[in-house]
Amino acid sequence: MREEINFNVKVNGVEISEIPEDLFIPPDALRVIIEEFEGPLDLLLYLIKKQNIDIVDIQILPITNQYIEYINLMKQMQFDLASDYLVMAATLAEIKSKMLIPSDNEDEDEEDPRADLIRRLMEYQKYKDLSQKIDEVPRMNRDTFIAAGILNNIEKKTVLPKLDIQQLENAFIDVLRRAEINATHNINVEVLSVRERMTQILDLVRCNENIKFTDCFNITEGKMGVVVTFLAILELVKESIIDILQNDTFSNIYLKVKDE
Amino acid sequence: MSKITNLEKIIESALLVSQTPLSLQDIANLFEDDKPSKNQIKKSIEDLNNSYSKRSFEIAQVASGYRIQVKIGYEKWLSKLEKHNTTRYSKAFLETLVIIAYRQPVTRGDIEDIRGVSVNPQIIRNMVEFEWIKVVGHKETPGRPELLATTKKFLDYFNMQSIKDLPRIDNNE
Repeated sequence: MREEINFNVKVNGVEISEIPEDLFIPPDALRVIIEEFEGPLDLLLYLIKKQNIDIVDIQILPITNQYIEYINLMKQMQFDLASDYLVMAATLAEIKSKMLIPSDNEDEDEEDPRADLIRRLMEYQKYKDLSQKIDEVPRMNRDTFIAAGILNNIEKKTVLPKLDIQQLENAFIDVLRRAEINATHNINVEVLSVRERMTQILDLVRCNENIKFTDCFNITEGKMGVVVTFLAILELVKESIIDILQNDTFSNIYLKVKDE
Repeated sequence: MSKITNLEKIIESALLVSQTPLSLQDIANLFEDDKPSKNQIKKSIEDLNNSYSKRSFEIAQVASGYRIQVKIGYEKWLSKLEKHNTTRYSKAFLETLVIIAYRQPVTRGDIEDIRGVSVNPQIIRNMVEFEWIKVVGHKETPGRPELLATTKKFLDYFNMQSIKDLPRIDNNE
């Protein structure tokens, strides 16, 4: 109990630098514990240790209860972790149920359902111990340091490759040529919209029964305007909205709304 | 104490200025005409180490070769030097690392099976960045998961010459 009190005090204080020996999980401290406290097997180990149970003699019921309690807290905090924890809780529940229901065939070849869990726990415990051991192995910049002298006063004999002015000039010409190849063609944003012009022409054609083809163009808009207008007319014809009429070769061209 | 030979001085100076460990071959390559044999180099290193017996440094052999390093026992003072900020590794980081080291080559799935939680990708990314682990192949199972193994740099960092130097697993269970 003393451990728990200490732990609580630390929570109400600022930081928790160490995992408490005795694992007690108040809801407020959950986040901190999640960080210190890595995985479900880990949690299980803690719980087992707390109850001083030999790892081989796992009593499933009390652990499952504590487990589910913890999951309920987890669910609100970290969903990913909670799902991992959930799998373990389900495993525990399954094992427990198997223990409770008498087996039909009393053969001995059926494995104790706890065996697999124990195996996993022991496997994990092994690597957990090893990770603590490797943390104690002397390592760079903590226990030992590279000794490094500084290399100075060395006469640097840098041999520069030969280069005459002609080569330099050729290189420059090359660069210029490449620059030309890579010259970009800038496309300006279309100021005049074909769609918009189509509407304008359609309005024009609707208002005036027959309109001369040439009257659709506004010369002040320049080449761009002419092209856009022409495209708009073609588009309208293509969509069968207007008709283009011409009586004789080289005579005036007229636009009219297509008959319904 | 015997006189220090010229060969020893050359080896010593090379190890001093090299930023990375030097292999016997690296050292032999320093010479042109009078290349010393590998045994000669080994002997010189041994003699040098004997001459350092009363000093704070030594020539250590790690996975990538030899390097001059400070003997263990000075960390208390040296850690005060600003640039030697002691790095602490998280529990998850160390556990993932030992599983890769002892079980290599392993997939992320193997690590997850043992630890019971999903592998934090940032941890793997850090280890790859440190050049402590690398992808050595792909397991021929669905998804062809990457097989991870440790590198020489990892061994260098932990002052080891090979995987055999890793702490032993206690088999009392």
